[in-house]
Amino acid sequence: MSTIEQEMVHAAEGGHHDHHELPFIRKYIFSTDHKMIAKQFMFVSLFFLVIGGLLATMMRWQLGYPGEPMPGGMLLPDAMMAPTPNGAIMLPEFYNSLVTMHGTIMIFFAIMPLLVGLFGNLLIPLQIGAEDMAFPRLNMISFWLAVPAGILMLSSFAVEGGAAGAGWTSYAPLSVSGEWTGVYLGQQLWLASLTILGFSSLVGAVNYITTVINMRAPGMTWFRMPLATWALFVTAILILLAIPILAGALIMLLFDQTIGTGFFRPEVGGEPLLWQHLFWFFGHPEVYILILPAMGIVSEVISNRARKPIFGYHSMVLAIIGIGFLGWIVWGHHMFMSGMNPLLGTSFMISTMAIAVPSAIKTFNWLATIWKGDLHLDSPMLYALAFVSMFIIGGLSGIFMASTPVDIYIHDTYFIVAHIHYVLFGGSLFAIFAGITFWFPKMFGRMMNETLNKVHFGLTIVLYNLVFWPMHNLGLQGMMRRIYDFTQYEYLAPLQPMNQFISISVFLLVAAQSVYAFNFFWSIFRGEKASNNPWDSNTLEWTVPSPPPHGNFPEMPVVYRGPYEYSSPESDTDFYPQTKPPPSKPPVQELIPEPVTPTPEGF
Amino acid sequence: MNWSWILPPSFSTVSGDIDGIYYVILWITGITFFITEALLFYFIFKYRHKEGRKATYDHGSTKMEIAWTMVPLVIVLWIGVVSKGVWDTVKVDVPAAGLEVIVTGKQFEWNVTYPGPDGALGTSDDFETLNELHAPEDQPIVITLRSEDVIHSFFLPEMRIKQDAVPGQDITVWFEAIQPGDYTIGCAELCGIGHTTMGGTLTIYTAADFQAWSSSQAQQQQP
Repeated sequence: MSTIEQEMVHAAEGGHHDHHELPFIRKYIFSTDHKMIAKQFMFVSLFFLVIGGLLATMMRWQLGYPGEPMPGGMLLPDAMMAPTPNGAIMLPEFYNSLVTMHGTIMIFFAIMPLLVGLFGNLLIPLQIGAEDMAFPRLNMISFWLAVPAGILMLSSFAVEGGAAGAGWTSYAPLSVSGEWTGVYLGQQLWLASLTILGFSSLVGAVNYITTVINMRAPGMTWFRMPLATWALFVTAILILLAIPILAGALIMLLFDQTIGTGFFRPEVGGEPLLWQHLFWFFGHPEVYILILPAMGIVSEVISNRARKPIFGYHSMVLAIIGIGFLGWIVWGHHMFMSGMNPLLGTSFMISTMAIAVPSAIKTFNWLATIWKGDLHLDSPMLYALAFVSMFIIGGLSGIFMASTPVDIYIHDTYFIVAHIHYVLFGGSLFAIFAGITFWFPKMFGRMMNETLNKVHFGLTIVLYNLVFWPMHNLGLQGMMRRIYDFTQYEYLAPLQPMNQFISISVFLLVAAQSVYAFNFFWSIFRGEKASNNPWDSNTLEWTVPSPPPHGNFPEMPVVYRGPYEYSSPESDTDFYPQTKPPPSKPPVQELIPEPVTPTPEGF
Repeated sequence: MNWSWILPPSFSTVSGDIDGIYYVILWITGITFFITEALLFYFIFKYRHKEGRKATYDHGSTKMEIAWTMVPLVIVLWIGVVSKGVWDTVKVDVPAAGLEVIVTGKQFEWNVTYPGPDGALGTSDDFETLNELHAPEDQPIVITLRSEDVIHSFFLPEMRIKQDAVPGQDITVWFEAIQPGDYTIGCAELCGIGHTTMGGTLTIYTAADFQAWSSSQAQQQQP
């Protein structure tokens, strides 16, 4: 019997390992409990989400009010802001650092660890009926590698020359030498931080894959797995294959910077485009790492809150796998203008267009799921429906960029900035709000305040669109991205009112997030107490106490059916938990205590 | 504030086709956008929870899955095929040059080298301009694009031309302007602290005016 099986049997026997005796430091700091690690990832990434938002606010000040003193700017050091009698004006090198660090922090330290670190850890063991991850200590290491990576990344703001300023894509040769950017140590810290974070992700991915393959409860077949777990499983495979490419590229770039190698330096025979190929060969799967778990979360919430089975479960799974596969053959669409052979552009255009197909399948299936449903429009559902609505926009705007001739004009403009934010903010972040709100009772045993959530939802969906919709229009007018002062260009100067409008909307959007932050912390301590299954859900995590004890399941759950049997005629309620035995085949142990009285008709 | 989805005017032989594909995609995505969002909002309204409502127990329909797989597939592949033709015209099939120049990007300026009176580049009568590209209308301008330091992106918004300049590579770019006037040269790739200042002017002349400008420049710049 393998160790895993022994542990499973142990769990099934109701073993609790005396975990309540754990000292504070093992329970809250160096925990091996997947639920605690999920919470640790959540708190750290929400902190980074706030940092990333503040960086965006500063950037938007400069774009809305180019060259005007920034309120509070005097508090920042002279390396970032130029002091004048009227106040401090942002320096272009600091603007470049903001551009770089906003992207880096949001992608690697906020969205990715929220989706993968939080929901991967929280949901996978609970939804498949496992007592923990396959490798709990590796799981702990995964979190404790992410922390120093985050500290290194933030500390780069304080070093001489400031934080990295070559964009989150860090194109060589700009990123190779401080000669080009004025950033020396900051760029190296950026590389070191992401390399360490890469190891964190890798360790996590190995753990998720092993857990899903080996530790599913009896009866939890592949096609009875909830879509969130499916999506996280495919995401883990993408991480496992993509991160080594990034790590290799990062180390090559670090060598170019520090010990004089020439992988990406043309003056010694290197090839700048090699960096882009390596980066995007990682980077495009990364984009799907950032959206697939969000799609999984949204599928859970929509089916549950519509009280209706997810429409086309099998095609949803196939679409997840399809997106995961296509993600490997489209990286060149980031490089249509890069100087790559233009003939390659056509093949990458065709493969990129093909991605529209699984995306369309998912969207239509969500629409068909709410069709003839019984929609409970509470806050998790509102966030999830916002995801669908915004993902439609982000998906459709992608077709413009996929078309190579149109991309000639809109590449590297605000059109792409709008597109990525419709997918990553309108998509991933709304799904994160949906997921945190939905699983909050499972994590903390209390509900979030519904009124505050609805206020937050209303403010966010409106302000979000006021920020990012007009960015399409800026891009169509030809405004480039990553530009410190667009008014330097005569033809862009008339865009100032729209930029100011966007900036004001950003300030309000960021301020509106305090409603969610307040609700989050208030509800942890003061929220209404939650039952085990406040949403009348079918999946396994709702059969255990909120929050679940160490070891999760008092006894090994047995799974009888798929996760989305809502409003089934077989059940007398509008849900039908995966573990509820079917009436025709009652399990033996339930029959024993009850005396069987034969009816006149007999059995 | 300009909330319009109409593209600003364009002035090259290929820009009409590029803008045309943009409008085709705008129509297709625009219609899809309105239909899907309308359905979403209609369903949210129509099927919102009321006392006594029960959701339909329905797992899906293979026919519908096939429909919404095939229809988007056909549409996007058609967009791909149409796009390929224009892409090849702009980036692959370079026509015989009316004027050949070298454009070199470096932090934070564009240097343009002209062939001079002998019509050939790399000879002693070549002359240069800084942050200005002068060219005649109605002739293919074929540019050899280079960079001396980092990656820049040579952007002519009114001509619908964009191409990264990569150090260590000679990349061919061409366009043909259809109207004399002053247009923008921009840098579209983050290239360092002064990236925002890396702009310039594209001046398009009638053939005769260009000839006059070119000879006067060649004379002025002779040693």
